[in-house]
Amino acid sequence: MALEKITAVTGRAVCVPGNDIDTDRIIPARFMKCVTFDGLGEFLFHDVRKKADGTDQAHPLNDPRFRGATILLSGANFGCGSSREHAPQAIQKHGFRAVVAESFAEIFFGNCTTLGIPCAAAARADIARLAAALEADPALPVTLDVAAGEIRFGGQSIRAEVRPAARDALIHGRWDAIGELLEGLPAVQALAARTPYLAA
Amino acid sequence: MAKSLFEKVWAAHAVRTLANGQTQLLIGTHLIHEVTSPQAFGMLRDLGLKVAMPHRTFATVDHIVPTDQLVEPYRDPLAQAMMEELRRNCAESGITFFDRATGKQGIVHIVGPEQGITQPGTTIACGDSHTSTHGAFGAVAFGIGTTQIRDVLATQTMALGKLKVRRINVRGSLRPGVYAKDVILHIIRVLGVNGGTGYAYEYGGEVFDRFSMEERMTVCNMSIEGGARAGYVNPDQTTFDYLRGRPYSPQGAAWEAAVERWCGFASDPGCPYDDVVNIDAADIAPTVTWGINPGQGIAITESIPDPARATAADERASIEEALAYMKLRPGAAIKGTRIDVAFIGSCTNGRLSDFREVARHVRGRRVAPGVKAIAVPGSQIVALQCEKEGIDQVLRDAGFEWRAAGCSMCLAMNPDKLVGDQLCASSSNRNFKGRQGSPTGRTLLMSPLMVAAAAVTGSVADAREVFAVHS
Ligand code: SF4
Repeated sequence: MALEKITAVTGRAVCVPGNDIDTDRIIPARFMKCVTFDGLGEFLFHDVRKKADGTDQAHPLNDPRFRGATILLSGANFGCGSSREHAPQAIQKHGFRAVVAESFAEIFFGNCTTLGIPCAAAARADIARLAAALEADPALPVTLDVAAGEIRFGGQSIRAEVRPAARDALIHGRWDAIGELLEGLPAVQALAARTPYLAA
Repeated sequence: MAKSLFEKVWAAHAVRTLANGQTQLLIGTHLIHEVTSPQAFGMLRDLGLKVAMPHRTFATVDHIVPTDQLVEPYRDPLAQAMMEELRRNCAESGITFFDRATGKQGIVHIVGPEQGITQPGTTIACGDSHTSTHGAFGAVAFGIGTTQIRDVLATQTMALGKLKVRRINVRGSLRPGVYAKDVILHIIRVLGVNGGTGYAYEYGGEVFDRFSMEERMTVCNMSIEGGARAGYVNPDQTTFDYLRGRPYSPQGAAWEAAVERWCGFASDPGCPYDDVVNIDAADIAPTVTWGINPGQGIAITESIPDPARATAADERASIEEALAYMKLRPGAAIKGTRIDVAFIGSCTNGRLSDFREVARHVRGRRVAPGVKAIAVPGSQIVALQCEKEGIDQVLRDAGFEWRAAGCSMCLAMNPDKLVGDQLCASSSNRNFKGRQGSPTGRTLLMSPLMVAAAAVTGSVADAREVFAVHS
């Protein structure tokens, strides 16, 4: 299966500040009642974007200046909590193509990579610098160069690295493992036949 | 060379190394449920693929089932749709489905062990973060995302980087009134909610040697809350005694051979670990969370942290955020905090021994006025056994609602939800903002007996005092 080689993501960016933003915050569990992921984007960060009566409250994703952003910035341990893929799916369906944060929760990172969403880690001060530049000019074009491990914006650049295994998978178009796993099926069947609890 | 269980199980299931350096790992047992699998079956259809090993795939329904309604259609049409989708997918692919009509339905992490599907030395995957529960049997069990569910359905394998192993010894004896739940809340508090990133946790020491399987499951269940992708206990006689005679356990001559094989998977004495942590059991107290992640816990005798006394700016900010959400006063005792709801259940603490322990102590007591208390067995089999022993009646007499098996108030996908900013004493595993169904609902995690103590006194209490638990 030929997959897109994701070497860079260019677009506008928005910062959702905070550490330990968990998957329940990203997509509250009650929106997981679905049999397909279509339509999840609408509920991204729902409970912090909406008041109890369903009207908007102040949140970067409600700010018209940042509408159409494709790069999401945040703090440390982004995506902690559940293994639910609804969280990266909601992020992707909302229109984001990359996430930049101080650090990421393990399962979330893996789930994002498998969807072709680069998760790049950057230093807190650098994220703050980029966020300040965006505050000054929300339309500022931002490029996450996955291959080079940096973000370029308005003549500046900061380090933003995707971990090597994920980076290589993204830039070589191998971020979705299914093709390679299928190729291994004969070896899988052979191993299963030799494994007592599976052979029986 | 001496090897850990993780090393041995990994080696026994490694198919090959992939181009990105990850391992194609054979998954012996794939458990699925209604929430995370339908999209994966959809992806499979889109790709024109079939389920590779339907006989190694087992399904149950847990997250969305109403615990107060048994007849379908469910009041929530979306829940009904998910139910039917799972039924259809299982029927089409020839997958065993422990549907409600089988009498074997329950939370996936309770059903697997109960049926004897969860076995030592095996690999298990499930689209649910608490899959680490199955590690209690010396299995290596991973919570996975939907795309990986697709991979496992299509190939019975997934691509994974090898984890490091941290051995956590809990030495000595637990004090009376201290439970497995307190052990894991303590571990997470000590090592942090991200402390386990990149690791599998191997739990051991005298406390684990003495623990029952159900207690081991409670601890392994919450490994993920400490950031560890998997957690396990080496298999021993306790494990084998639990498994003997279960529906999917090996029978007859195959049993002896299996036990011998299982013993061989246990970590070799003196095997190297990437890290070792020692915890003195006597340091562990009944623990309660006060914040919005499971690492924000304190002993019942301690006070709620004061951000003003935090040493790092980060810590201060996270305490402030948590207290603002929890509406708790810094520096105040956690004991005495009024509660609105008491929930006993979930894949962490919804097993027979949990309800037995609670019933033993609440017999003859009453839930405090104004407190809504619900007890939800983790499976139909747990429910039946509790009913045989009269546990349901003891709880009902005390003023608890006794419900049908499911995830219930552990998360907000079925009708059991907090309302407004209700404060819930909960035996579940997550206290994230909004976790229990109301965007402003508040959760305090604790052991089932501590929940019972809060239920009968109407506020967070020390179960040792309330129920006169003495040494
Ligand atoms: S009981 Fe809670 S944590 Fe366990 S599987 Fe159900 S929702 Fe998940």
